[in-house]
Amino acid sequence: MTLITRSSLFDAERAPFMRGAAAAAICALALALGGCKGNTETAGPQSPTGSGSVIQIGEYGSLTGATATFGTSTDRGIELAIQKANSAGGALGKQLKVDVKDDASVTEQARTDVEALVNQRVAAVLGEVASSRSLQGAPVCQAAKIPMITPSSTNPRVTEVGNYIFRVCFIDPFQGKAIGSIGTDILHAKTAAMLYDNSQDYSKGLAKYIEQSFTSKGGKIVGRYTYSSSDSDYRSQLTSIKAEHPDVIFIPGYYNDVGIIARQARQLGINVPLVGGDGWDSPELTRIAGQSGGKNALDGCYFTDHFSPDEKSPIVQGFVNDYKAKYGARPDAMAALGYDAAGILVDSIKRAKSIEGPALRQAIADTKNYQGVTGNITIGPDRNAVKAIVVIKIVNGKFTFNSRIQP
Amino acid sequence: MQVFLQQIINGLGLGSIYALIAVGYTLVYGVLRLINFAHGDVFMVGAFLGLFAGVSLHQSLWVSLLFSMAGCALLGILIERLAYRPLRKAPRMAALITAIGVSLLLENGGQLPEVFGPNPQSYTNPKTDLPLFIPEHVYRVGGVSIDLPTICIWIATAIIFVGLRILVTKTKIGKAMRAVQHDQESAALMGIDVNGIILFTFGLGSALAAVAGVLFASEYGQIDPLMGLMPGLKAFIAAVLGGIGSVPGAIIGGLLLGVVETLVAQFQGGATYRDGIAFLILILVLLWKPTGLLGTGAVEKV
Repeated sequence: MTLITRSSLFDAERAPFMRGAAAAAICALALALGGCKGNTETAGPQSPTGSGSVIQIGEYGSLTGATATFGTSTDRGIELAIQKANSAGGALGKQLKVDVKDDASVTEQARTDVEALVNQRVAAVLGEVASSRSLQGAPVCQAAKIPMITPSSTNPRVTEVGNYIFRVCFIDPFQGKAIGSIGTDILHAKTAAMLYDNSQDYSKGLAKYIEQSFTSKGGKIVGRYTYSSSDSDYRSQLTSIKAEHPDVIFIPGYYNDVGIIARQARQLGINVPLVGGDGWDSPELTRIAGQSGGKNALDGCYFTDHFSPDEKSPIVQGFVNDYKAKYGARPDAMAALGYDAAGILVDSIKRAKSIEGPALRQAIADTKNYQGVTGNITIGPDRNAVKAIVVIKIVNGKFTFNSRIQP
Repeated sequence: MQVFLQQIINGLGLGSIYALIAVGYTLVYGVLRLINFAHGDVFMVGAFLGLFAGVSLHQSLWVSLLFSMAGCALLGILIERLAYRPLRKAPRMAALITAIGVSLLLENGGQLPEVFGPNPQSYTNPKTDLPLFIPEHVYRVGGVSIDLPTICIWIATAIIFVGLRILVTKTKIGKAMRAVQHDQESAALMGIDVNGIILFTFGLGSALAAVAGVLFASEYGQIDPLMGLMPGLKAFIAAVLGGIGSVPGAIIGGLLLGVVETLVAQFQGGATYRDGIAFLILILVLLWKPTGLLGTGAVEKV
């Protein structure tokens, strides 16, 4: 068995021609790649493909993977809104078409997907739900000067990326305040433990704001523990939390982890209420949590959200009925926000009377008092929406509307 | 004290899973001197086969376990036959890279919609939403909580340990395995069907991974095609820690690793290092005692 140690192919001493050729090839490759990159960056506002009778809109979301219900719900909300808009004649005399990209709940994939959409020169991009993934796509849209509207990302940093990035939901400083007040005002808790996902920007940011709010009202955080999205065993952290006897545990994470955390917490004998944010909103949450001691592991727990399908307003019930007729299920907050995001985009296109980047951007920024299913939406100067937040209580494994907190 | 005891129990529960998977690694390494990196993914396939048997074929735990073990044994044998045997005479690096390739194939193939699909799936009975095989009974003993699936994992590990001991020391096939482990050429000269023994070892190790897969899924409630990645790596580290090639070593390594990981994660901010500590242990073991805790340096007599 011979090992190839030196090959004359790469031996510069014996074949100086090869060294020169190799260097030239590398330089050419670098120039080509550098040139390509330069083109996308210096192109400026891209002319969207308003080819013929169709307006192209891009969408990226987690249709599969760990947080699959986020993507599928949002996609359905968007699809319903676009379908309604198209049957009412579309916008600017053209039909709207959505190109959907699945990032499979993988953070890095979000960037690749948005780059693909931007290269197709869509008029605008809708997405993503998870703040970490929105933070991947936003810089790409900003550089290409294509407006991006995130339906549900609540971390403040997303819209800070640039003036082409918008959101139709509230942001986490407000959500954190609301969650903290659930602890103090509804549950009358004096002490709390914090358990958050260290690998997701949403969870890290929200945990910070919850702590600020809870401690400002006299509460005490007895322990801060973290987990990572790839974990399945939280018993170590939960056992330590149990020993500190908190009145309540804040878990500002995503539903796929929270469900398992709740289950393991009950197994360990932790019976205090758990409180979280809109990342809990999924039809899978209570199913993953399962039964414990005759009731659901999350019974008696609270979370803040954008929307409740129980709300007795005509616009909400109309949406719930349309959604149920088309998809055979009740809409969740992600679907409602997807619906509103798409609705605001279509409305903005009509107001701008154009799909050119700067004009469309201005129209989105000027959105005032849009009657969405998630409330009255006005886009503020920081490109975030100013809206009320809904408090959901889990009773018998079902989400029930508890109260609404105004900004 | 209670807290510490609970953490130890938590760690032993987690560690038993690592131990069961590590046994498979160590058996294969013993006969082939190969780290079968695809082993963690055989564990994953085992969990899915168990789900299929339980939900689509409506079988009980025992039948589903047997089904899963048989399926994984077949898978392991197939992998050996198609991916590793052709490289028996090649440099070890080639077989190692192939093992990684098989692992990637299983992971990404598993995510295809036609196979398992990329979304997590619940290990529950679709009609009742209750756990599929093992009910979630929790036993409280003196302030410490242990749940039924964890107890099942411990019992399974104990049975498998005793079973393997008997197999390897008291049976003919066990003797043949030890012979092949010691010296393949001489074993062949003695009339042992070396290829057959290797296939048997692969099948056995894979069947054990299947048991680990079904029990892990019963404990944590959710499975997905990438679930074998981390446990597979941790089990490999456990096998190295305990002494690669030694079955008791694999079990002790697994339990030890589980406990260390749990003790690290119990501190505020400690959970960030729970994976890192495992790899740190790997590096330290390889630096200071590469043969592991129970491994003996084989003396080659010329």
